[in-house]
Amino acid sequence: MDNKMNNLLNDFPILQEIVNDEKLVYLDNAATTQKPRQVLDAIRNYYEHDNANVHRGVHTLAQRATEQFEGVRQKVADFIGANNPQEVVYTKGTTEALNWIAASYGRTHLHAGDEIVVSYMEHHSNLVPWQQLALQTGAKLKYIGLTVDGQLDLKNAQQVITDKTAIVSLCHASNVLGVINPIKQVTRLAHQHGAIMVVDGAQAVPHMPVDVKELDVDFYAFSGHKMLGPTGCGILWGKKELLNEMPPLEFGGEMISNVGLYQTDFKAPPYKFEGGTQNIAGVIGLGAAIDYLNEIGLDKIMKHERRLVEYVLPQLTAIQGIEIYGPKDPRQRTGVLSFNLTGVHPHDLASALDMDGVAVRAGHHCAQPLMKYLGVSATARASFYLYNTQTDADLLIRAVLDAKEFFLNGSF
Amino acid sequence: MALSKLSNLYRQVIMDHAKHPHNNHELDRADHEVELRNPTCGDVLTIQLKIADKTVIDAAYTGTGCTISQASASMMTDQIKGKTIAEVEQMVLGFSDMVMGKDVPDQTKLLGEASILQSVAQFPARIKCATLAWKAAYQAIEESESND
Ligand SMILES: Cc1ncc(COP(=O)(O)O)c(C=O)c1O
Repeated sequence: MDNKMNNLLNDFPILQEIVNDEKLVYLDNAATTQKPRQVLDAIRNYYEHDNANVHRGVHTLAQRATEQFEGVRQKVADFIGANNPQEVVYTKGTTEALNWIAASYGRTHLHAGDEIVVSYMEHHSNLVPWQQLALQTGAKLKYIGLTVDGQLDLKNAQQVITDKTAIVSLCHASNVLGVINPIKQVTRLAHQHGAIMVVDGAQAVPHMPVDVKELDVDFYAFSGHKMLGPTGCGILWGKKELLNEMPPLEFGGEMISNVGLYQTDFKAPPYKFEGGTQNIAGVIGLGAAIDYLNEIGLDKIMKHERRLVEYVLPQLTAIQGIEIYGPKDPRQRTGVLSFNLTGVHPHDLASALDMDGVAVRAGHHCAQPLMKYLGVSATARASFYLYNTQTDADLLIRAVLDAKEFFLNGSF
Repeated sequence: MALSKLSNLYRQVIMDHAKHPHNNHELDRADHEVELRNPTCGDVLTIQLKIADKTVIDAAYTGTGCTISQASASMMTDQIKGKTIAEVEQMVLGFSDMVMGKDVPDQTKLLGEASILQSVAQFPARIKCATLAWKAAYQAIEESESND
């Protein structure tokens, strides 16, 4: 770890929390990440000094708020390699972004008999909107299978994606398996068949450099709260031509250019999608989060997480009775590790880890079809981020061993 | 050792019920059956009841789950057998209050062995696991009343 990585623990006050008499080891970063002081300060500073509604009014505060709010659009565009800040639409998160693509682009472009392709590893928010779209339009929903070690089965993808396919939508990285999907290859395949490519980047943008132009995808969605930003703010990025074709879904203030008695002209994207007063403080917080991540560098963050996985994965695997889901090769995955311990329900395991101060998630992780595919009802999941250390990994292993002892040998 | 706190939740009786659950089978002719899903982990629990003269004459459950949900289903099915519908309703409400940390008058008399699950109140994340079976029984009983 270099110095910057070393010192950043001081930026996260919450990591000093004591839970159940133990120092917090926060390993639920796939659910949401902690926020550094820089982000908290940006939000506070905005409310203390600049708070006003954006795009309205000529007064100074309105100007300042608007400048910051719009400035973040450029920051986001640069962060994900987009051409143009006008392609960046503010949403409340990944879920809303994916729903908008399905409800707006999908409803106006799909016909009965068209096909929508997803995979078995999708989060419900990249699945249920497509199910609904299929029900509404008569389109057919199809699934790409997985290989035995939990990777997207590219051979199967070549069979499932056909000339009937109108939309392919995949996660960039899985919130359960941790696997990183070959988005560029699948996008090429989708485009060869005339389909558009939608990517759920909720588990990728926080953890690795992402370049939407290089990937050549058509839509890309992610959430601010999984990348050090506040909750309630996320991004829908789309190619300009596509955003232009899409009807808005929310009508009201700010999204109009001219309102008559019976008809209204809408603004150009992204504004036509952003009806009503936006989450201004959230957007400004997201901007501060992007600055923070850039300062460290996504390359470094990715390497840091990979080193932690290289360190912890063999130790976890070595515990008898532990099954780990997803690829065994750390180079193919993010810092998300899902596992089960034979004979111990993941809920019980997570309660035990919590007693040791170790925060992990247990459940279906909003991926019930994947659980079924894996043949389990639930898993435990530890997910690492830039502020986690080898000590955190050691404490996780110790806590799992403690829990195993408690439940399987009953000795305490 | 922090884990010793765990024994507050996982008392020996609870562990025993989870390892060797009672009434964990299908009834051959159930009058009422309710399947409920624990929303956080997706575990499915099915409760079956035989009811005659407004009294639960047999109760059983199927499904897998965590220690807490299994032990709770095991104890509940033991405790509600032979009780009237009105009594079971009281028990379900009492159990629900108990695991939410509220005082329940005559708790041990009302709930019998299941009152040991009071410890769940200190583990709020696990309340849903404990109440799953009881909710299912409540629904089964409501069903029986609406069929009358
Ligand atoms: C892969 C994936 N997609 C989508 C989401 C939904 O994100 P949000 O709840 O921020 O809308 C999540 C987060 O839980 C996720 O992990």
